[in-house]
Amino acid sequence: MGKENPKVGKPDNTAFTQQRLPAWQPILSAGIVLPLFVVIGLTFIGIGIGLFITSRNVQEIELDYTGDQEGAPCAGCTNATTNCKCTLPFKIENKFEGPVFMYYGLTNYYQNYRKYGISRDDDQLYGNIDSLKSPANFCSPYQMGAKQMPIAPCGAIANSLFNDTFRLFYKVNKVYTEVLLDDNGISWWTDYNVKFRNPPEINGSLKNAFEGTVKPLNWPKPVYELSTNPNNNGFINQDFLVWMRIAALPNFRKLYRRISEGNWSRSLPAGNYSLEITYNYPVLSFQGKKKVVFSTVTWMGGKNNFLGIAYLVFGSLCIVMALIMLIVYAKYQVQIDRDM
Amino acid sequence: MSLSVDWIRHRFGKLASREASETNSETTPLLRSTAQKRKRIYPHNKHIVFPNNGLFIQDFKKVTSNYPGNKIRTTKYTLLSFLPKNLLEQFYRLANLYFLFLVILNWFPQMEVFHREITMLPLVIVLTVIAVKDGLEDCRRYNFDRKVNNARTRAFDWKHKDYVERCWKDVRVGDFVKVVCNEIIPADILLLHTSDVNGVCHIETANLDGETNLKQRRVVRGFLSPDSPFVPEHFNSTIVCEKPNNDLNRFKGYMEKPDKKKIGFDRKSLLLRGCTVRNTEEAAGIVVYAGHESKAMLNNSGPRYKRSKLERRMNIDVFFCVGLLIIMCLIGALGHMIWLGSFPDWPPFEVPDENGKFTSPALAGFYMFFTMIILLQVLIPISLYVSIELVKVGQVFFLSSDIDLYDEEMDKLLQCRALNITEDLGQIQYIFSDKTGTLTENKMVFRRCTIGGTEFSHQENALRLAAHGDVDSDEEEAVGPQRGHRSRLQFNSKNKSTRAFRRCHSAKAYYYGGYGRKKSEARRDSEVAFSSPLETDVTPDKKLMKIVREAANQMETWCEVRYSSDSASYMDFFLALAICNTVVVSTATEPRHRVTGPSLLKPSIKTLEKLHSFLQKLKPARISQVLSSIQSNSDQTGGTNQISPSPSGTSVSEENVAGGSSSSVSGGSKDSGVSSKASMDSGVYVEGVKVGDEICYEAESPDEAALVHAAKAYNFTLMSRTPDHVTVRLPQGVLLTFEVLHTLSFDSTRKRMSVLVRHPITREIIVYTKGADSAIMDLLENPSLENGKENKINKNASKTLKHLNWYAKDGLRTLCIAKKVLSEKSYEQWSNMRLEAEAAIENRDELLMETALNLETNLTLLGATGIEDRLQEGVPDTIEALREAGIQIWVLTGDKQETAVNIAYSCKLLDQRDTVFTINTDSKETCESILDYTIEEVKRYAAVKNTRTKLFKVPVDVGTVYPLEGAGPTFGLVIDGNTLSLVFEGNLKMKFLELAKHCRAVLCCRSTPLQKSTVVKLVRDKLKVMTLSIGDGANDVNMIQAADVGIGISGQEGMQAVMASDFAISHFKHLKKLLLVHGHWCYTRLSNMIIYFFYKNVAYVNLLFWYQFFCGFSGASMIDYWLMIFFNLFFTSLPPIIFGIMDKDISAETLLGLPELYKSGQNSEGYKWSTFWIAMLDAFYQSLICFFVPYLTYQGSDIDIFSFGTPINTLALFTILLHLAIEIKTWTVVHWVTMIGSVIFYFIVAIVFSATCISCNHPSNPYWIMEREMADPVFYLVCIITPVLALLPRYLIRIIQGTFVLCPLLKARQLDKLDKEQRDEEISEWRKRTRSREATSPGNSGHPLGRTLTFGAPLNVDLGNDGTTPPGRSMLNGTEIEHSDTLHIQIAVTENIYTSIPVSSADRTGDGGKKAEDNSDAFSAGHQRSFSIMTI
Repeated sequence: MGKENPKVGKPDNTAFTQQRLPAWQPILSAGIVLPLFVVIGLTFIGIGIGLFITSRNVQEIELDYTGDQEGAPCAGCTNATTNCKCTLPFKIENKFEGPVFMYYGLTNYYQNYRKYGISRDDDQLYGNIDSLKSPANFCSPYQMGAKQMPIAPCGAIANSLFNDTFRLFYKVNKVYTEVLLDDNGISWWTDYNVKFRNPPEINGSLKNAFEGTVKPLNWPKPVYELSTNPNNNGFINQDFLVWMRIAALPNFRKLYRRISEGNWSRSLPAGNYSLEITYNYPVLSFQGKKKVVFSTVTWMGGKNNFLGIAYLVFGSLCIVMALIMLIVYAKYQVQIDRDM
Repeated sequence: MSLSVDWIRHRFGKLASREASETNSETTPLLRSTAQKRKRIYPHNKHIVFPNNGLFIQDFKKVTSNYPGNKIRTTKYTLLSFLPKNLLEQFYRLANLYFLFLVILNWFPQMEVFHREITMLPLVIVLTVIAVKDGLEDCRRYNFDRKVNNARTRAFDWKHKDYVERCWKDVRVGDFVKVVCNEIIPADILLLHTSDVNGVCHIETANLDGETNLKQRRVVRGFLSPDSPFVPEHFNSTIVCEKPNNDLNRFKGYMEKPDKKKIGFDRKSLLLRGCTVRNTEEAAGIVVYAGHESKAMLNNSGPRYKRSKLERRMNIDVFFCVGLLIIMCLIGALGHMIWLGSFPDWPPFEVPDENGKFTSPALAGFYMFFTMIILLQVLIPISLYVSIELVKVGQVFFLSSDIDLYDEEMDKLLQCRALNITEDLGQIQYIFSDKTGTLTENKMVFRRCTIGGTEFSHQENALRLAAHGDVDSDEEEAVGPQRGHRSRLQFNSKNKSTRAFRRCHSAKAYYYGGYGRKKSEARRDSEVAFSSPLETDVTPDKKLMKIVREAANQMETWCEVRYSSDSASYMDFFLALAICNTVVVSTATEPRHRVTGPSLLKPSIKTLEKLHSFLQKLKPARISQVLSSIQSNSDQTGGTNQISPSPSGTSVSEENVAGGSSSSVSGGSKDSGVSSKASMDSGVYVEGVKVGDEICYEAESPDEAALVHAAKAYNFTLMSRTPDHVTVRLPQGVLLTFEVLHTLSFDSTRKRMSVLVRHPITREIIVYTKGADSAIMDLLENPSLENGKENKINKNASKTLKHLNWYAKDGLRTLCIAKKVLSEKSYEQWSNMRLEAEAAIENRDELLMETALNLETNLTLLGATGIEDRLQEGVPDTIEALREAGIQIWVLTGDKQETAVNIAYSCKLLDQRDTVFTINTDSKETCESILDYTIEEVKRYAAVKNTRTKLFKVPVDVGTVYPLEGAGPTFGLVIDGNTLSLVFEGNLKMKFLELAKHCRAVLCCRSTPLQKSTVVKLVRDKLKVMTLSIGDGANDVNMIQAADVGIGISGQEGMQAVMASDFAISHFKHLKKLLLVHGHWCYTRLSNMIIYFFYKNVAYVNLLFWYQFFCGFSGASMIDYWLMIFFNLFFTSLPPIIFGIMDKDISAETLLGLPELYKSGQNSEGYKWSTFWIAMLDAFYQSLICFFVPYLTYQGSDIDIFSFGTPINTLALFTILLHLAIEIKTWTVVHWVTMIGSVIFYFIVAIVFSATCISCNHPSNPYWIMEREMADPVFYLVCIITPVLALLPRYLIRIIQGTFVLCPLLKARQLDKLDKEQRDEEISEWRKRTRSREATSPGNSGHPLGRTLTFGAPLNVDLGNDGTTPPGRSMLNGTEIEHSDTLHIQIAVTENIYTSIPVSSADRTGDGGKKAEDNSDAFSAGHQRSFSIMTI
């Protein structure tokens, strides 16, 4: 601290050390911020209008097929144990401009529950052989299956994979035409291509690669039989990928399919439809609901009026405040200036 | 802490030694009886020392060697104990325990939230940083200790039978130690031998109590044998004394000889550790207390751990945060329990434990509580502690690089020794200041004098002093030009004198081994010898010089002109100046070696003869005049009897006075004097002067030295002083040696000192008295005795009084000089009385006092002097500014009351209009009733003020009404050390404080270091205010340590104060900028930063908390863990730190211009309850916005958890940074860079992290999230609206504040925007407004000029007017009566000698003493007290 050596010398006489750096010293007052408020207000109103219109243009139809109420189409399936099929007819009033996305939705499902959310092994899913054979402890208790064989994919998330399947039919003149659903690209590109990888195939067979592992407890089939399409099988199965990306909130939807095959890719015409559901996933244990959602998308995603309204309200608020400030400024500032 | 350990050790040591001494008594026949006796008389409370000289080997080993050695250790740790002890100590800190707790919690799998390593990281970092810091500090202490311990001294080794060099640390109790001149005393030593014939050893206790005068210590009775050398081997007594204690002024004990004869001794024989031997060639003694038991060390209470007020306040709020955390965790736990219980069955997302079992909701809730603690840990702002440290480092950097606080001369900057209390500088409410060396330069300068009613203004001297002030840095230049008009003849070249001067300097530099430091030469000069050129140089008044010279010439040339009484009184005056003191003479080349015998000059025999005959002739005439004593009889003249012709030329050379600067004065003028008389053969002088050797004067008080120097300037040079003789050289060059019959030393009750001498030629017995004007004026001879002289005397006295008034108004310290000639017979009478008194056992002090009073009567006034204790530059200005800033200033000084009051007036601490209460008393009851009375009085005025304020509706400053704000009558309180101790002993503390609170200034005089610190502690603890102590000497150390902020002034009195201080500055004036600017800045910066940190943490953590409502209170976090930790660590840390270091709400110029802005800090306006809670509310609001806007935006969509968290994190960053942007008042480049840099850094880190971390960070899944978000327009839309919405309320509030400018700080900020001239104008107008507000507040106008109330002790009775107040400041005659009514005192215009003096000149009525006598019955019985109202 310079005490031992008294010759510390004269301090530098610079603007920095003497705390005289040139500085901008804003003082907020009504007069100064008035234009700012006007500008912000107008901008926000503009954005808000844009957002609101965009959101209004989004078409969306939500179908609950939980079957927890008497007489609902799937009411019979709620307690069934095996593949129970039910059909849900619905009508689209206005044509859905393509591309249309089909989601399944769950409510009151806490994928973000901490213990659940951590229960997976990213390394295993990355195709790491060591992790495949000995999954991380995070997966516990879905780490080891029978005979202490490692579970692949391990963990609670994988174990609880959503396994309802849907088929969509367009009904024209009592003729049902199946609407082709595209399961390509429903997951994140990075998940499919980078983050998730199958373990290296042995002898060209994915099954061999998973040799020595067992399927998750709740799964009917092992992971290498998720799909017949080799590009959609194993850890890189799109449905699996979508499920593994855990939802932020308890009421969520997940992309199930895109309607992008053939003519359907342009639009989903108005008319009657029928949804054939293979009802597997139990939701009554957590008082959840299951839904299917058809929605068009815009640049800002799905339907959400909130943001547009927020911008509009706040923009108007700014304008109002600007007016108040104008009055204040006119009335008081002069007086204050005189006082100073 | 180390100290307390030492204490414990020492206690154990004591116990052991006591046992040892008892066993001894059985083994050693020699000691048996004494030990038993000892046991009987002094059960267990004595400290026994056996000498270490081989005679008592057994006892020595058993008893004395058990006492702690002289080694001192002030370090906390040793190399081995560092790690465990430091860790242990660190874990005493709550914050670290909290960390540890979290780490441990995180190790339980049920509660684990983060990686275990992540949680440990902060703890490890903090521990390491602090350990390194502590280690370095301790290292410094260690080095310091080592230096002291290894300093050298000479101790007696009985095996070698001689003194051998030894380290301080090896000195033990019982050792014989020899110290030589200018050495530091290594331990508390009982003085057994000195080289001085009289057995006297002078020590300087500056290191201990800051008093720079020399103190005499005498060898223990019976050891005074100057002829035979002291032989330690023959020392065969044991020493019994008090247990070690910290009272510097208490020491008693006895020495027991083998024949059981006891020799008592007291503190007069104790050389204290740390003092310096002066003026004594060598001294030897036996060590009685060593090391930590020495009084110096016991007095040196260890440093207090200081925590700033802001931090204390902050810690309370941290506890609120803890409370908040617990509440939030409880909500989490309960919520989790309820949530888990709400499911009819185990949901698929509930994960069972390893055994496949599910945790019951209750247990899960319990676990969740702790999980939540880990998750929400950031709520306890640990980062705040680290940031505060960093901010303080930055603040300290700016503090110490302020060029305005830099002292060019000493090349010294402000030193921050305590890094953690910078912000306290902005909150000071009370300042306790030392006086000498702090307010004043501690340089007494003779300014003017009045002799026989004629005033000599010493214009030249004043000019010189002014010049000196200007060219302070270059003394030679300042001296140079004055010589021109000073004397006609310059026998001495300038070079010569400067060379001598230099030599003097270099000789004075010495090593201060005791505390391992080197005093600078400059310090050495000003400090002890009082011999800086400023003080020694007195330019004689031309007129006076001429008169003196003529008077001398009359005598010399022996013209038959009637020897005028006037010229005689001139001679007498200067003789008195030279003699009437206790100044000791030493030579410059051998600093502080006393000139014991008169160093003689051989005057021409012719002159001597002439003188002698002249005196003989004069004598009869004078004797006839003795009674009238107008003509001072002792006049002038060469002494024959003592001028034993000196045997050699060497003595001539030795004498020659005037080396150095002083020589140039006296030498020059003397020379001129010499040259004017033809008959003299002046060769001797000239020759003598050539080989000059400077005489140094060492005085007990600097004003004595100033007077002696003044006399010397007029060629009355004090040549030597021994207890029995004093030699003065007269202008004629003759040496006159007076026999000193008695010296009645100064005391505060008499307020004067006298010297009783026998004139060498006339054999007359003369009393010279000098003292306070009040003390002398009452004792002048009664003129009615001799009517013829009456007029003249009266005229003389009244004129002198008038002059004294002038002096006092100028803030000079006045002293009156008087004399009296005693007849042989009356002397004998008196002498007998005195002897009796001295021999008396009971009430000896009273008797001595009585005899003194007896002698000092019927004096003849010779004249008076005015001495200036120069204030340091800028002191009045600083004090005024500080006071305007609402700071109460107390002066605690060990100095005399008169001096203190004088200085208080001259530095504007006391105002002319102030009512000053002076309390001096010796009895508790009196003290109490005085306090009661005074409080009542003060309150009455306060009440009047209040009602009037109400009546007139005076506009009061917006916001707070500050104490002392309104003008009204202001009060000052002067209290002395005695009374102060009564206050402390007698539970009058609260009353004292009550009174002091109402006083604008409080002066505590004659207070000991301990009292100083007690006062500070009292005020600090009882009034709950922020205190600052400032001082420069070792006597201020306690006080500096006791205060919240201790400031040492470096460079004046050594490093002791600096070592103990938190900040060291080089001048008092620096305090102004330090407090008003830096204090304000540091405080506002830090408080804003702390508030901001609380806000930041709460706002951020609440985001997580709100999320818990949507994740089943499961402790999940939507924000990636690393980004979360980095958020606090990197993304949002630098801007607030820069804010804390560099933000500048108001410019330095405005702050200095408007000291009242400081009050915001005093009232803690930057950090209040409300501020904290508003910040909390704001944080809650903002976090709600920041969470729910994205929530509502993404609600129901397919968003995944971390894609949801990333925008929240980002907009939280924006919100938090923009919040800071609103708070930042000054945007410099640095602010911009850190602000924008933080945002950019965040994006870079987030992008890189999400691009690279595929499966690296298990629980979270950041891969490619940021990239996707940044490609999504909604992300931007959310990130724009949320911060704006979140910050709107705060922004609005700021706008409203800015528009309606309510608080002075904002007003000042607006001033800053103006250009310079406009601003100055505004500032002065503002101040005018404040002033006028004060002026319009009533009380001030109607109040009389001011008055002085003195409450005196019984002893003061006839000295009621103690001269504390310069006469000019007392109140008017008319108002006096009005006030005396309130005092219930009749003004008794007593029939004293002054009644006949014309009222206009001096109306010294209201003689306190008489009045007190008159009224004493009216007051508490048995206790006399005097209320005096002085009116002039």
